[in-house]
Amino acid sequence: MSTARGREKTAFIILGFATLLVVLPIVLTIFYIVKNGFSAISWEFITQSPRNGMRQGGIFPAIVGTIILIIGTMVFSLPLGILSAIYLVEYARDNAFTRLIKLSVVNLSGIPSIVYGLFGFTLFVLFLRLGTSILAGALTLSIMSLPVIITATKEAIEAVPYSFREISFSLGATRWQTVRYCVLPYAIPGILTGTVLSLSRAAGETAPILFTVAAFYLPRLPRSVFDQVMALPYHLYVITTQVPNMPASISFATAFVLIALVFLMNLVSILLRVHFRKKKQW
Amino acid sequence: MVDRTIIKAANLNSYFGTVQALKNINLEIYKNEILGIIGPANSGKTTFLRALNRLNNLNDTYSQTGEIFLDGQDISGVSDNILRKKIGIIFALPQVLPVSIYNNIAYGPKVHGITDKKTVGEIVENALKKAYLWDEVKDRLDLPAPRLSGGQQQRLCIARTLAIEPEIILYDEPCSGLDPISTAKIEDAMQQLKENYTQILVTNNTKQAARVSERCGFFLMGELVEISETTALFTHPEDQRTDDYVTGRFG
Repeated sequence: MSTARGREKTAFIILGFATLLVVLPIVLTIFYIVKNGFSAISWEFITQSPRNGMRQGGIFPAIVGTIILIIGTMVFSLPLGILSAIYLVEYARDNAFTRLIKLSVVNLSGIPSIVYGLFGFTLFVLFLRLGTSILAGALTLSIMSLPVIITATKEAIEAVPYSFREISFSLGATRWQTVRYCVLPYAIPGILTGTVLSLSRAAGETAPILFTVAAFYLPRLPRSVFDQVMALPYHLYVITTQVPNMPASISFATAFVLIALVFLMNLVSILLRVHFRKKKQW
Repeated sequence: MVDRTIIKAANLNSYFGTVQALKNINLEIYKNEILGIIGPANSGKTTFLRALNRLNNLNDTYSQTGEIFLDGQDISGVSDNILRKKIGIIFALPQVLPVSIYNNIAYGPKVHGITDKKTVGEIVENALKKAYLWDEVKDRLDLPAPRLSGGQQQRLCIARTLAIEPEIILYDEPCSGLDPISTAKIEDAMQQLKENYTQILVTNNTKQAARVSERCGFFLMGELVEISETTALFTHPEDQRTDDYVTGRFG
């Protein structure tokens, strides 16, 4: 009895310590960024273009650029990713070929982002002659996001109880009606989570946009999808490593804005999830 | 005598992968009867039932030979959704969708293209009345269906099947998870439905088959051992194995 209780206590301490070890660096990082960058955050910082070799002024073009890239990535990767996940789970027969595809999708999500960057550069920028442009960058980020979106959607769809499908088929529904009414409504919260997670990652990546879209310094806003844009992660990289005599507070403030943007996206997804959960419960 | 046959299975063999689940089944089902199907576990009774509305085909490893005729027509030429609209099924455990009582029943009409609200409302009410559930739920049709009791859920499933206006209703051990009173209510409903529907009842409970069915078939290890009038099957079966099963020597 006493040894069991002792072991219980040890386990509790180890598990609690492990959790602390994971949470602490995140909390410290955010604290450090806020502490060092908050002084530089102002209305002008968010709404104005950089001036004086980027040492003064704001980061407005980079914020707009990142938002445009996120939207562009969403436009290409969401429909494609969700539709192919539906196909893989609900339509494709379970055979060696399908299993190979599923395995490849999972493995693709482990490929380093710089590889996607080079691939996007070769395919979109050079071969398809899109040039360094929003289109090329969004497509590259989409290709990087697809495996994660497909995997998350696949898992959300597979988590819907099989009985729902059986009920639907037994009442004479077609496969598409079954997917539309008895599977997707229950999978949406899970799909949202995975999707936003992968888009957050896309928003913060530097490597895939390095050769495909990101501009070193471009104070005006883009006029078409064939323009280059500044983007927050690349801008952050540039001002911290390439510009001498850069006030540290501006770098930290830029990092803060990037984190806030990603946090905002996650907040929206959480609110959407709550909304959908309220409607459907099982 | 007029031919009352509504379903006919001819030389039906079923396989899951290489395992044979049904062996050369020949069977006729008459209009408006309640046919009981009894037999121990793994005797193929559920496979037979699900072959009739082709639910077995949801399993990629399933294959079958032989023919099934519905109203004299080979069902292999009928599309899944039309066939399943004609042949409804009630599963062993009450399986409701996690939506309201109303939407559970409205689902069938919706997938078959009935969208007019008033018509759907009438269908829902009629279906609930026929399944003897209306009086218990008429004031709370918005209640999530999973909050009903097990017996009520199973009658909801019957109502849901009635809402697609099938000709035939299959029951796959519908009372296996229910208490005696809920079971009695479902059996009552079945007796009332006899006027308009052909019903096939697969059950583990031989007493239930004796109470409810008019004719009864005995399945064993994928074979149809014997089929006859229920009273005859239970009092003087022709096959020794049937005798052993109904008298409780195994099963």
